[in-house]
Amino acid sequence: MSTAENSANATVPGTSKSAAAIDRARAQGRAALIGYLPAGYPSVEDTIAAGIALAENGADLIEIGIPYSDPVMDGQVIQAATTEALAKGFHVSQVFDVVHGITSKTDAAVLVMTYWNPVVRMGVDEFSRRLAEAGGAGLITPDLIPDEAAEWMAASDKYSLDRVFLVAPSSTPERMKRTVDASRGFVYAVSIMGVTGARASVSSAARDVVAAARAAGAERVCVGLGVSNSGHVREIAAYADGVIVGTALVAAIGEGGVDAVASLTKELSTGLTKEEA
Amino acid sequence: MVRPMADAPTTGPEDNTVEAFLEGNRPDENGPQATPSLRHAPGPYFGSYGGRWMPESLIAALDELEDTFEKAKADPDFTAQIADLNKNYSGRPSLLTEAKRFAEHAGGVRIFLKREDLNHTGSHKINNVLGQALLAKRMGKTRVIAETGAGQHGVASATAAALLGLECVVYMGAEDCRRQALNVARMELLGATVIPVTNGSQTLKDAINEALRDWVANVGTTHYLLGTAAGAHPFPAMVRYFHEVIGDEARAQILDQTGRLPDAVCACIGGGSNAIGIFHGFLDDPSVRIYGFEAGGEGVETGRHAATITLGKPGVLHGARSYLMQDDDGQTVESHSISAGLDYPGVGPEHSYLADIGRVSYEPITDSEAMEAFRLLCRTEGIIPAIESAHALAGAIKVGQRLAAEAEAAGDAAAAADKVVIVNLSGRGDKDVATAAEWFNLLDKDSPEHEIAQEGEQL
Repeated sequence: MSTAENSANATVPGTSKSAAAIDRARAQGRAALIGYLPAGYPSVEDTIAAGIALAENGADLIEIGIPYSDPVMDGQVIQAATTEALAKGFHVSQVFDVVHGITSKTDAAVLVMTYWNPVVRMGVDEFSRRLAEAGGAGLITPDLIPDEAAEWMAASDKYSLDRVFLVAPSSTPERMKRTVDASRGFVYAVSIMGVTGARASVSSAARDVVAAARAAGAERVCVGLGVSNSGHVREIAAYADGVIVGTALVAAIGEGGVDAVASLTKELSTGLTKEEA
Repeated sequence: MVRPMADAPTTGPEDNTVEAFLEGNRPDENGPQATPSLRHAPGPYFGSYGGRWMPESLIAALDELEDTFEKAKADPDFTAQIADLNKNYSGRPSLLTEAKRFAEHAGGVRIFLKREDLNHTGSHKINNVLGQALLAKRMGKTRVIAETGAGQHGVASATAAALLGLECVVYMGAEDCRRQALNVARMELLGATVIPVTNGSQTLKDAINEALRDWVANVGTTHYLLGTAAGAHPFPAMVRYFHEVIGDEARAQILDQTGRLPDAVCACIGGGSNAIGIFHGFLDDPSVRIYGFEAGGEGVETGRHAATITLGKPGVLHGARSYLMQDDDGQTVESHSISAGLDYPGVGPEHSYLADIGRVSYEPITDSEAMEAFRLLCRTEGIIPAIESAHALAGAIKVGQRLAAEAEAAGDAAAAADKVVIVNLSGRGDKDVATAAEWFNLLDKDSPEHEIAQEGEQL
C-alpha cells in the first residue's frame, strides 16, 4: 500500500472506524461488505434488529440512511421505503437511536448516509456531536461535495468522524484528487451514472472509477450502486476494498423482514474473497 | 437556529456598502470606496446563498454548462442569435402599457404593465428556454429535459425544442397531468414526451427530483432545461441573464414614456425568474423601491401557502442554499397556492440575498387578494392576467395606496398622481380561465366546464 499524504490515508491509527473495519477485512484477505438500511423502515426497532443481523452475518460496515423528502439520488425501491418511514412519523433524531442500538451490540462501523438539509437544519456541529455520542463512524453525503463542506470538515475533525464523499465516472482527475483528499475512512465510488437500484450487471465503469480514485491517492475505495447479489460482489471484490449493497437489502427487509436480511447478507458475503485476477 | 455556512461568503461586510448605496451614495468607479453594483452578480454565491449542493455525478455537467455559458455570453454570434430570436420569434420588445383605469384602484398613482403576456407561448418563460436550448446545441446535446408545474415551462421547453430540433422530455406531477390535460396535449402536439411523476408529493418539486434523476443517468446527451432562477450554479445567474431583457426594456421604456425612473417595481415570486429579470434593470437605482410578492395561499397563518422568504428558513434544496419551506427536521414542506406557477417551497438564491440585505421587500399575497386583482384587471383594462401575475397586481395596489398615503402625509396628496409603479405582467391568463370561472361562480352547475374546473383543469 502506498502512503500518500492525503487525509484519507494519513488517518491516525484508531481514529477512523471505517478504515479500521475495512482493514480488518483486508487482513483476512477479502473485501469489506457494506450494507445499507433506511432508518425507520419498516420501524426503528426493525432497523436496529436488521443492522445487528447484517453485522452478525458478514457485514463489516453498515450505512443507515435518513429518510428525506427529496431523495434525488435514489431509485424507486429506496424512495418507496423512505417515503413509508416518513409517513409513519420518522424523525431525524431517531437515527441516533438506530446507530446506538447497533453499535452497542456489534463491532461493525456504522455510518449515516444522509442528504444534507436535515444536517443543516439540526446544525452541522450538533448533528456531528450526537452522531459521535451514539457511536457512529461518520457520514456518507450523496449531495454534499467537498467544495461546500467547510463546516462539515471542521465538525468531522472536532468529533473524529469519517467523511465519505462520492466520486463518479464523470469526475475529472482534478475533482477526483480534491474529493479523495477531503475524504476520510474511504471513498465511495459510484459505479454508474444513475440512481440507486438493482441492476442486472455491474457497470464496467466501476473498475475505471476505482482505478482513478487510487491514482488520486485513495487508499480505500468502496463501490456502490446496482450491486445486488454475490456474483456482483465477487466481481467488485476483485478490485475494490469494499462492496456496498443497498436496494437489495431494502427489498429483503420489506419482503421478508430481519430474517431475509440475515440470509441475503450471508449469501452476499460468499462473494467477498478476492480471487486471483 | 440554522448556522450560516462557514464556507460561503457572509453578507456581513457588504451590509454597510449596500446601506450607503441605498441612501444615495452612487457607485464611484474611481473612488477608493467604490460601492459594488448589485447587477450582473455572477454566482456561485449571492451572499451566503447559492452554491452547488449537488451529487458529484452532476458536477462535470454543471462545469461544462458554466463554461459554455460564459463563452457564449462573450460570443457576438450567440448574443446576436438571442437578439434575433427575441425579436423575430418571441415578439420582443414586449410592450409597456399604462393601466389608467386599474390605477384608480391603487391610490391614483400611475401604473405601467410590462407585457410579458404578449410573448410567444404567453409568458416570460420563452426568454429562458430559447437561451438554454441554444446552449444545449452548443454543447452538442441532442435531448433536453424539463420540469413543469402548471405546464407553462413545459410548453415553453417543448416549443424551444421543436424550434431547434431537440428531443424533449417533460416531467410533471401525475396530479398536475390530470388537472392540466390540455397543457399535456399542447406539449405533445409540440413533439415532447410528458412523463407523469408519481413519487413523493407528486408536485413540482417531485418533478424536479425526477428530472434530476434522469439527468444523472443521461447527462452525456441531455441538458436539464431548468425553468426558474434556482438550482445549482450556474442556473440562477444564467436564467437571470436570459431574463434581464425584461428589466432592460422596462427601464428604457419607462424613461421614454415618463421621462423618469419608477418609484416602485413589482413582480410575483415562485422560484423567481420573472422577478429577477425585471428587478435586475433597477437594482442599481436606489430611488426605485422593489417588491416581490409571494403566494400567501389561504393565508400565511393557515400554513397553506408558498411564502418561502416570508416564513421559510435557510436550507439546501435542488442544488442551492436559499430560503426553504421546511419542518424542524429539514424535510421540505408542501406549498399551497391557487397559482400553480408559484406553488414551490423554494426560491432562487439571489432573492434570498436581496431579501437579507433589504434591497427588495418580499410580501405575501393571498389567493383572495390575487383573484380580486385578477378580476379588476380584466374589467378595467381588458387584459386577462395569469393568476401568478395577479399576485404582482394585488401587491401593486397596496404599494400604490402606500405611496398615496405617504404623499398625503407629506401634505401634498396631489403628488400621488405623479408616482410611477411598474408591474411585471409575467403571463397571460388563458390557461387560468376555468380556475377563475370556478372561483367567481361563473359556471352553470350542470355544465361540463363546472365539473372540469372543480378538478382544477386549466383550459
